[in-house]
Amino acid sequence: MESFLQQLINGISLGSIYALVALGYTMVYGVLRLINFAHGDVYMLGAYFGFYLSRILQGRTPYHLLDAALVMFLSMLGCAICGLLMERFAYRPVRRASRLTMLIIAIGLSLLIENAGQLIFGANPKFFPQLIPESHIKLGGLMLTNQQVIVLLTAVTLMILLNLFIYRSRTGKAMRAVSFNMDAAKLMGIDTDRIIALTFALGSALAAAGGILVSINIPGIDPLMGVMTGLKAFVAAVLGGIGNIFGAVLGGLILGLAEVMVAGYGSSTYRDAIAFLILIVILLFKPAGLLGKGAVEKV
Amino acid sequence: MAAPLGAPETAEGSLKESIRLRAGNFANTSDPNPKQRPHMFFPNQKKRRNVVSVLLATAFLSGLIACNKKDSANQSSNDILIGHYGSLTGATATFGQSAQKGIEMAIDAINASGGVLGRKLKVIVEDDQGKPEEAQTVATKLISKDRVVALLGEIASSNSLAAAPVAQASRIPMISPGSTNPKVTQVGDYIFRVCFIDPFQGLVMAKFATNTLKLKNVAVLRDIKSDYSVGLANFFVENFGKMGGAIVTDVSYSQGDKDFTAQLTAIKAKHPDGIFIPGYYTEVGLIALQARKLGITVTLLGGDGWDSSDLWKIGGTALNGCYYSNHYSVDDPSPILRKFVADFTERYRKTGDTIPDAMAALGYDAALILADAMKRANSAQPDSVRLALAQTKGFMGVTGSISLDEHRDAVKPAVVLEVKVDEKGNGRNVFKESVSP
Amino acid sequence: MKRIFFVLSTLSLLGLLQWGVTTLLLDGPIRQGPYYYQILILAGINIVLAVSLNLTNGIAGQFSIGHAGFFAVGAYMAASVSYYAGPAIRGLVGFLPLAGQDAAVLLLALAAAALATALAGLLVGIPSLRLRGDYLAIVTLGFGEIIRVLILNIDAVGGARGFSGIPKLSNFFWVYLLVAAVIATVGNLLRSSYGRAFIAIRENEIAAQAMGIDVTRHKVLAFVISSMFAGMAGCLFGHYTMYLHTNSFTFVKSFEIIIMIAIGGLGSIEGAVLGAVLLTVLPEAFRGFESYRMIIYSLALILIMIYRPQGILGQASVLKRLGARMAARRSAQGNVPVTAPAADGGNGG
Repeated sequence: MESFLQQLINGISLGSIYALVALGYTMVYGVLRLINFAHGDVYMLGAYFGFYLSRILQGRTPYHLLDAALVMFLSMLGCAICGLLMERFAYRPVRRASRLTMLIIAIGLSLLIENAGQLIFGANPKFFPQLIPESHIKLGGLMLTNQQVIVLLTAVTLMILLNLFIYRSRTGKAMRAVSFNMDAAKLMGIDTDRIIALTFALGSALAAAGGILVSINIPGIDPLMGVMTGLKAFVAAVLGGIGNIFGAVLGGLILGLAEVMVAGYGSSTYRDAIAFLILIVILLFKPAGLLGKGAVEKV
Repeated sequence: MAAPLGAPETAEGSLKESIRLRAGNFANTSDPNPKQRPHMFFPNQKKRRNVVSVLLATAFLSGLIACNKKDSANQSSNDILIGHYGSLTGATATFGQSAQKGIEMAIDAINASGGVLGRKLKVIVEDDQGKPEEAQTVATKLISKDRVVALLGEIASSNSLAAAPVAQASRIPMISPGSTNPKVTQVGDYIFRVCFIDPFQGLVMAKFATNTLKLKNVAVLRDIKSDYSVGLANFFVENFGKMGGAIVTDVSYSQGDKDFTAQLTAIKAKHPDGIFIPGYYTEVGLIALQARKLGITVTLLGGDGWDSSDLWKIGGTALNGCYYSNHYSVDDPSPILRKFVADFTERYRKTGDTIPDAMAALGYDAALILADAMKRANSAQPDSVRLALAQTKGFMGVTGSISLDEHRDAVKPAVVLEVKVDEKGNGRNVFKESVSP
Repeated sequence: MKRIFFVLSTLSLLGLLQWGVTTLLLDGPIRQGPYYYQILILAGINIVLAVSLNLTNGIAGQFSIGHAGFFAVGAYMAASVSYYAGPAIRGLVGFLPLAGQDAAVLLLALAAAALATALAGLLVGIPSLRLRGDYLAIVTLGFGEIIRVLILNIDAVGGARGFSGIPKLSNFFWVYLLVAAVIATVGNLLRSSYGRAFIAIRENEIAAQAMGIDVTRHKVLAFVISSMFAGMAGCLFGHYTMYLHTNSFTFVKSFEIIIMIAIGGLGSIEGAVLGAVLLTVLPEAFRGFESYRMIIYSLALILIMIYRPQGILGQASVLKRLGARMAARRSAQGNVPVTAPAADGGNGG
């Protein structure tokens, strides 16, 4: 029982990272109907920005938490800029082209970031510095570290903030309008280009946050770390119903829990398959994902 | 939500489309002017872009031709070509880099003293990124394109196992510096190694766990993706059981994993007094960290896959008091080794890598043994070199005296090292004991 | 009669080429011959993969990103047939010369691979009834990954350590025979009523259904044929490299095949061939630049897609023009009424 609860915690902390990355997939898909395969690599970039920033910034402020917050904020900013650049120079020129073209550009971008990353950062794993000194929290037989708690709290806070932004702010409303119908939104005077760019920036910032939060817990980072995480987060987004914010969070948590349970009680080799197995089963019964709305085909 | 991928999602496109569709037309049949309609995948593009693509294609082709020219330019020398394939990048990158450093040192030393058969040796190095399939590709390339007479490589057994059939089929001798899985040299009579094998290494660690550490209940955490890890785990389990110990649980991970908390939680529930982790350093470092986070404080044990300065950087103080078996100890007082360590430090001080790890020493020995075989064969023909290699007896290398047995494996002692790391990630291995076969 | 003559002449031409290629590249004067030979073989295998994927993705419009999964199924199935049953088969046909025995083993392995992948195609084809567009794409991706993980857990085929010890049975002749077969099959399909039905489904599924096309049947058919060829390509791949590892069959390989057909020109056979050749040769050509190679490659990919999204050949199809001319000739003889050119998918470019 004790170990089951521990696995539950492990699963939730893994799932919350998937959820953060999945949010970016879902938001971009919502406005552009584009599977942005480069999103996982933005997550990697976030971790690397954090790595270099914390080398510069660590110890500059009196509090460790302030250090960490600063590192996270700056690398979120850096990734937001990367997201903007990607949108402006790779996706916007082909927005009028077919979605396949965009998809291939997404794949190309992903390859570009991965390989440029291997060249610039070096292909070898790097050790992420300890931003927050570790201390153990004992809850009965459960073992938690303060890092895990901080990571979880930060992830949840970011999700709540995003939710407030999308459902309570004017820009968020515009974003929802673009996602609902881009042409109609344009006719209503919404600057769709700006909204799309903003979506990319926001999604990329969330991915960066995910990258840093993961690295605080698991300090090994490498230029290909975004490939599998990106794919799984994407699966999480689809699982919950792509284009749906709550769906992404739900999908991320389901995936995280399922993976931990399979690795803990089954065989770790099936870990990568379980994500897709759940996905296929759910899509067969609910073709638009758990919380997605079934699209009615218009004739 | 789930519009077909090909549907035009451009603002005007879909608006026009939807208006037309609502007007009741079936697009394909009644479109008055099909040539004007943008295609579902490929809306019309401007002519200017054709020019650009032609330019791009031309650039590609000229690049291709330029490459071939460059390739054929450096072929006409009289050097003896040797291929080294190794993981210069990737999750086991220090293995390949260290081996390459050792090989470079050996080759320079040989060339400085007049080369082999009056010719100079030249190493062509290829990166396999630590992946078996890449190892196979680059080994093929080295043999068929560069026409090397012998191959050096790999450290990781899975990569050696992928490339060995190529060497065997092409009848090119291959010397693995550090692959310890028995299957590697079983591929064929062209495959050699200069290190001990895992049945021995598993025995050494089982003995150490039973006799020195007095462990009774050990958990095993193996890397299911690596031949090395699976093999070594099996030999450890077998020997540890024979000595009266119990394996309380045997779980696995896959190379490239980052999160091991699930497996470690399962291990923790069984309360072992030691965990045997025969993996490679990248994962081992992360496993050690996560184990300590979960409150697992028992000793961790491993094999030569741990041997990398990166282990200290990743795992840090979590690794203090852990033990692994290795090919040599840098503290060994033998003069040949002291000279090697001094030369290595001198040569690579700039790269910040001052202490040679076992892979560097093994790479050095592998290259020396190859040159020695060429001298004894008085030929650089692959077949003659192979025959001479098989007769290697009592060669004094930096990792000890090397004799190859009838299975083309080296018979050598192993050492057990204790890891000591300070807060800054600067580590050092302390010699604990030496075990002879 | 004509058809038999055509097949026979293709076979003998390939045989002649095989002899030429072997003497020139493998035993011959060209220094890097074996290396070029390998590129030739890999290009052939990639052509088969690209042309077959083009059938589902480009022609039938069912976007699949799991082609590497079928490739893997075929490769592993065929390899285990020749690895485990190879000696028995050789014993059965012991009266043949060695080359004949090789051919017998390879043909059986090919048949097994084709059968297994056709079944797998059927399995993946069924969800395609329920799912469309992106969701279908994701499910195929998922299937590809699941297949890979399953293979990873089968110890009899080496599991995570890779499958070694596969006999080297495939060569230029077999690879390019398969290339000829896949081009002929897909080309003929395109010109048949099936091909027109595929294109109709791609253009508008509901309209196609309204016109009386059995959408389900055609979709599944496209999947099965396409995956079958991928499986046979896998068979030849495994019997060429003599070693299989699941890392060669990740979703990245699927992406690579998609890139081939997208660069060449989606829906066009020649485009797929061109894309496959380019994507095999260029990375090798850039090996000299080592670390910059993949960066150049990905940048080029992005630039090509931005400046020429319809691919290098676009929908311009030599075959199509040829087909149209043949149809015209036939109609001039008064046999067949002229229909619209079969591959009229493309007006773009």
